[in-house]
Amino acid sequence: MLPAAAFLLLFLAYPLGLGVYLSFTDARVGRAGSWVGLENYEFLAGKNPLWDFFAIISNEVVGTKYELTGDPVFWLSVFNTLLYTVVASALKFAIGLYLALLLNRHMPFKAIIRAVVLVPFIVPTVLSAIAFWWIFDTNFSILTWMLRSIGVLGEKEVINYLGDPLNARASVIFANVWRGVPFIAITLLAGLQTVSPSLYEAATIDGASRWQIFRYITYPLLTPIIAVVMTFSVLFTFTDFQLIWVLTRGGPFNSTHLMATLSYQSGILGGRLGDGAAISTAMIPFLLAAIMFSWFGLQRRKWQHGEGND
Amino acid sequence: MISRRSILQGATALGGLAVADLAGWTKAWAQSAMHKPEAGAKLQLLRWKRFVQSEEDAFLKLVAAYTKATGVAVEVLNESLDDVQPKASVAANVGSGPDMFWGLYSLPHLFPDKCLDVTDVCEAVGKKYGGWAKSAEVYGKSGGKWVALPVAYNANLINYRISAMKEAGFSEMPTDTDGFLALNQALKKIGKPGGMALGHASGDGNAWVHWLLWAFGGNLVDKDDKVIINSPETEAALEYGKKLFEAWIPGVASWNDAFNNKAFLAEEVWLTNNGVSIYAAANRNAAKGDAKAAKIAADMDHSFWPNGPVGEPTEFHIAYPLLGMKYSKYPNAIKSFMEFMMAVENYEPWLEGAVAYLSHPVKGGDDFAFWGKDPKLAPAKPAAFRTRTAGHDGSVGEKAAAALADFIVLDMVANACSGRESIKGAIRIAERQAKRLYR
Repeated sequence: MLPAAAFLLLFLAYPLGLGVYLSFTDARVGRAGSWVGLENYEFLAGKNPLWDFFAIISNEVVGTKYELTGDPVFWLSVFNTLLYTVVASALKFAIGLYLALLLNRHMPFKAIIRAVVLVPFIVPTVLSAIAFWWIFDTNFSILTWMLRSIGVLGEKEVINYLGDPLNARASVIFANVWRGVPFIAITLLAGLQTVSPSLYEAATIDGASRWQIFRYITYPLLTPIIAVVMTFSVLFTFTDFQLIWVLTRGGPFNSTHLMATLSYQSGILGGRLGDGAAISTAMIPFLLAAIMFSWFGLQRRKWQHGEGND
Repeated sequence: MISRRSILQGATALGGLAVADLAGWTKAWAQSAMHKPEAGAKLQLLRWKRFVQSEEDAFLKLVAAYTKATGVAVEVLNESLDDVQPKASVAANVGSGPDMFWGLYSLPHLFPDKCLDVTDVCEAVGKKYGGWAKSAEVYGKSGGKWVALPVAYNANLINYRISAMKEAGFSEMPTDTDGFLALNQALKKIGKPGGMALGHASGDGNAWVHWLLWAFGGNLVDKDDKVIINSPETEAALEYGKKLFEAWIPGVASWNDAFNNKAFLAEEVWLTNNGVSIYAAANRNAAKGDAKAAKIAADMDHSFWPNGPVGEPTEFHIAYPLLGMKYSKYPNAIKSFMEFMMAVENYEPWLEGAVAYLSHPVKGGDDFAFWGKDPKLAPAKPAAFRTRTAGHDGSVGEKAAAALADFIVLDMVANACSGRESIKGAIRIAERQAKRLYR
């Protein structure tokens, strides 16, 4: 018990505590700071964070021009992070589940196909990000080249993948989904394999449709593993850094800056550890909310504990 | 890819070098040097990763010669430009790491009290070369002491295609902002547009947006570090920037530092801002038999930035200060290395190896013979004397560095040019962020 506690304290509690502490100081890289209370948070989140939160969503979604009380770049990064996480996680889940169901069928070369699916997950993020950097290049994109050769785009037309806020967001989400799907697909596949075939046989004999089989057998039995895999997926997506840093560095116009990248820019490159720590600390409530949601939302079925279905 | 880590240990790397003629000199140098390295000293130097291979070759040659002269092994580590500063800051913070850092702009001013005092070295260098450029003193000195050796500057120039300029109806590069805008608009009309980086490009992006802001008299702060970005001058600069942006190729908002090089060599843009590395790359490819590169190299040239309404150069060139850390066990070795590096017998060949990618910070550098070799490289020569320093009138310390790292001016220009924010709105955001840094 004691070694475990020491381990937790040293490697988890201490860094977390230090990060939170730094967020209440004006520390800079290379120099300890003094206590400034909530000042960093006030600068970032403003006098009225709730108003800012809805204002930035309205500004970004319907194009209003509300003036924020806090730092527009910070709030933009909050919006971007939520958008990135929600859209990318939903897509990853949908595609991953579909892929898992496909892979669960009997087919020739099953093992090889399953291994191939893992490739995006195995390639180091930075490498795949650099590949995407070229794919999304305005002037040299292979996508543009392909669209030109099949006549969708004119000879001189280009797609401004990373230079336009909407396109840039779509591009980075696409890259993230590409990278994240295998993890979900393979994990769900593992879950699918634990479902006893006798259940499917019984259902088939009872005349259940394929949708009914999925809805009343596969899905309920899969929920615990969905909860775990989606919790991880949301955490990884929310805290993503490498992909954004290589592709856009948060640009254009900060429209792909995530809280993690902004935290690095302020804390390490800008040297203001206090601000950087405050931005990272501000991620904690969102992460807790995400964990709570997947834990309690997806795992509430009592049958797991041997009781009746709710 | 060249490996990120080039290690030179002792004399082992000296094998192929023609050092015979230098041997006598280095020996004499070691005898007469101001600083004698500590016995058994070893140095580790973390530098920005080279942009021109011949510069790195020349530098490693210099390092090897130093090792030969003094017996001090120097390990050279390379990091990409943006990563030197965080590493140096962390090393300064924890009090251990490489003995020397070779970084950007105001790096020593982020932690001046952790930098080795190199006043004697720098004063001697200044004396020998007839004085430092004013900007070099600003970058190198803190509180009356030299805390870093401003080794060189990286000139950021207008790169353009001569034929495109002529086709657009200009016989030479305009020297004022009005003419420059007219040229960019004419280039767009003939389908050979220009373009400069508006993404988070710490080198090229920061260079052009600061030129723009300063050319119209705008400033982030005044000499007392008071934020004065919200001014009619800034508005005028942004109005002008917007027109430039409209004349440029689409996509510049996504450009990082490498994009304009690629686009220029692919003949997608015909005017951009950069060091002389595009020219170097074109020449290099031309030597390999690339006909297109040969055509580009022959048809391109560099020029100074046009002057704006303020009527004087408002260029912003990158400075590369080399600093020693106080925590190093070998302060004398650091100083002796700096001394060796700046000895004209070593410094001039190294600078020549950089083929004008780097420029000298001392008056005496004007006499270096290699500057006369290629007239196309001549605009890089006076970089140290034409540049403004980070923050211009304001202090050059951590606040100016943070403003650059946060891309305050760059984001303001990008927001305004693209129409994502109104000009006044973009200025207000920048003002709020700057006030926070400069409180």
